[in-house]
Amino acid sequence: MNDFFSNGLQGFGPMLVQGTWMTVKLALLALALSLFLGLLGACAKLSRSPLLRVPATLYTTLIRSVPDLVLILLLFYSLQIWLNDLTESLGWDYVEIDPFSAGVLTLGFIYGAYFTENFRGAILSVPAGQLEAATAYGLSRSQRFRLVLFPQLMRFALPGLGNNWLVLLKSTALVSIIGLADLVKAAQNAGKTTNEMLFFLSIAGLVYLLITTLSNCLLKYLERRYNNGIRELAR
Amino acid sequence: MIELLQEYGQAYLYSDGNGLSGLAMTLWLFVVSMVLGLVLSLPLALARVSRKMWLRLPVQLYTFVFRGTPLYIQLLICYTGLYSLEVVRDHALLDQFLRNALNCTLLAFVLNTCAYTVEIFAGAIHNIPHGEMEAAQAYGLRGWKLNLFLVLPAALRRSLPAYSNELILMLHATSLAFTATVADILKVARDANAATFLTFQAFGLAALLYMLLSFALVGLFRLAERRWMRFLNPARG
Amino acid sequence: MPFSALSVPVTETTPTAPTLTTTSKLSVEGLHKYYGDHQVLKGVSLEARKGDVISLIGASGSGKSTFLRCINFLEQPDAGSITLDGQTLQMRPGTRTPAPAQLQNLRTRLAMVFQHFNLWSHLTVLENICLAPRKVLGISAKEAEARARIYLDKVGLPARAAEQYPAFLSGGQQQRVAIARALAMEPEIMLFDEPTSALDPELVGEVLKVIQTLAEEGRTMLMVTHEMGFARRVSSQVLFLHQGLVEEYGSAEILDQPQSERLRQFLSNRLK
Repeated sequence: MNDFFSNGLQGFGPMLVQGTWMTVKLALLALALSLFLGLLGACAKLSRSPLLRVPATLYTTLIRSVPDLVLILLLFYSLQIWLNDLTESLGWDYVEIDPFSAGVLTLGFIYGAYFTENFRGAILSVPAGQLEAATAYGLSRSQRFRLVLFPQLMRFALPGLGNNWLVLLKSTALVSIIGLADLVKAAQNAGKTTNEMLFFLSIAGLVYLLITTLSNCLLKYLERRYNNGIRELAR
Repeated sequence: MIELLQEYGQAYLYSDGNGLSGLAMTLWLFVVSMVLGLVLSLPLALARVSRKMWLRLPVQLYTFVFRGTPLYIQLLICYTGLYSLEVVRDHALLDQFLRNALNCTLLAFVLNTCAYTVEIFAGAIHNIPHGEMEAAQAYGLRGWKLNLFLVLPAALRRSLPAYSNELILMLHATSLAFTATVADILKVARDANAATFLTFQAFGLAALLYMLLSFALVGLFRLAERRWMRFLNPARG
Repeated sequence: MPFSALSVPVTETTPTAPTLTTTSKLSVEGLHKYYGDHQVLKGVSLEARKGDVISLIGASGSGKSTFLRCINFLEQPDAGSITLDGQTLQMRPGTRTPAPAQLQNLRTRLAMVFQHFNLWSHLTVLENICLAPRKVLGISAKEAEARARIYLDKVGLPARAAEQYPAFLSGGQQQRVAIARALAMEPEIMLFDEPTSALDPELVGEVLKVIQTLAEEGRTMLMVTHEMGFARRVSSQVLFLHQGLVEEYGSAEILDQPQSERLRQFLSNRLK
């Protein structure tokens, strides 16, 4: 194995590992941000006040109707330009947004919209009686959310969340286009230098395949855990 | 903004003087990928649910790989990777085919959407109520007739929501074509940006065009669902 | 809005009731409730003394469930007052709800049993019974569990049911768990919202048996029910609601000898 790592990969092993780590970091941070935005957005979309509902609906509708790549480019370039204008007018030094932060922010923002829909559907699926009983027994709002709504909403949300996580994971490959030194870029560099593009791209593909397979296993475990107490229909 | 529209309006919409570009190219990519992907996926979906392992396992492997890796990598492999192979360069037909950026792009898109579609249809086939299958068999439908007259129509109708979702994602995925130098909406936007530095306008226009396309597609699907899926919910129809 | 203050004459003592005091436990006066333009409650009042078992009967849409749900503020009444143990609930200025702390206090003293059980499906039976005592009353886990087991036994469920999930129990068992859950809060008043309406006929009996035991112990209970025979057996008071108003009230005898025409019709329809 070590032999393959040093010789088979023609010395590009460490670079590929670093790229992989960059990709994983990006995916996880973007996931955290989008889960947070997703929960917020779902609550806003379900709120009684149009002040919250309308922006949330605009958010999910607009973001989901534009391709990831377009949004990544749009936000990356525009943000940089606005930031430049801002720092210039305030007399500060030039602040550069690095591709990693841009990637986390844009992917988090984009998938926040998708997770909003997941959470919203899940919240609506929790039987009303569960929350009613919690209210009737005097549980506070935060207790109701933590002890009754959240565990049940996760059961309904998990399939959709899991699906969108996999899409998010694969979207991280796009951030290499704005220059992030991730796995894809590392593979491209290695391939260009050694003239074995196909080989290194395949390695990159295999690494992604490994991560998605691991994610699927984790998701299956989580689904089993959150489905405690639910009776499966006899098939 | 006006100058942008004047200079590049035409390129955004249908041609940059060198052939199809912008909206027209995106639509072309979308339609071809969709049609070819759909046609390929039907027999593959049937293989995917087959009890014969020699039919099922290769298809399972195919969908596993193509759904587990990013489209971008698949595109790069088709566009830059395959061509680096000796065997490709030596074979005249392959060489000609893969030389064309558009062909490489379409190849990647078709293979990718087909993999997702196969899984969607396979799932829908599994969800056909067992009783309906039994009834068809009891009336003598067997083999290819069973597949053609019962399985596929029932599965296709049930797949509409998931399949329409996949199509919208496919539409969005076409935006990757510009990395293979295909002149789609995003490429025109990037060229416009490089020339005029009106970044927000250039990419904003692209986003707007995609938005319009998405809404049009969603509208079409709502109509289709109302027509084809009414049988599932008579009360609503 | 004119309301009819009601004071209910007692014509017979409740079976094995403790010494009746003249102070009422719960006093609800003139409850009004609108759903949009439709007025569901047009001024309903009720007075319950310690140990009273009050049955609320009436046709669908008469407002009996809504009335019960207004008492613990699952629905918000539009007018009226609620007094528990001599203390009237104060609404927050400009709203129709009491302050959160007062509301929570109220809810810990009234425990509700729902028509559709509403057991928390992701928790075991034991966890269901212990949740509110632990998280709202602040009782320790050990004490809550001890309580839970006592009440589980009281409603006639075996000890091993504690580790089961609600979905795996029969309807009658689930409702009895729900009753145990209510008992675990050691409430001053128990509210039953059509406790047997969602049960298969053969399971109704086991639940009614438990409720009767509780009534015979002298617990204060408000019950919305369609089980006339049962109401006759256990109630100290019966309120018959018709279209948002109390049409007739009295001891359980009114079920045998209805005074009003509407109640007569209601009962004869039931017996068909």
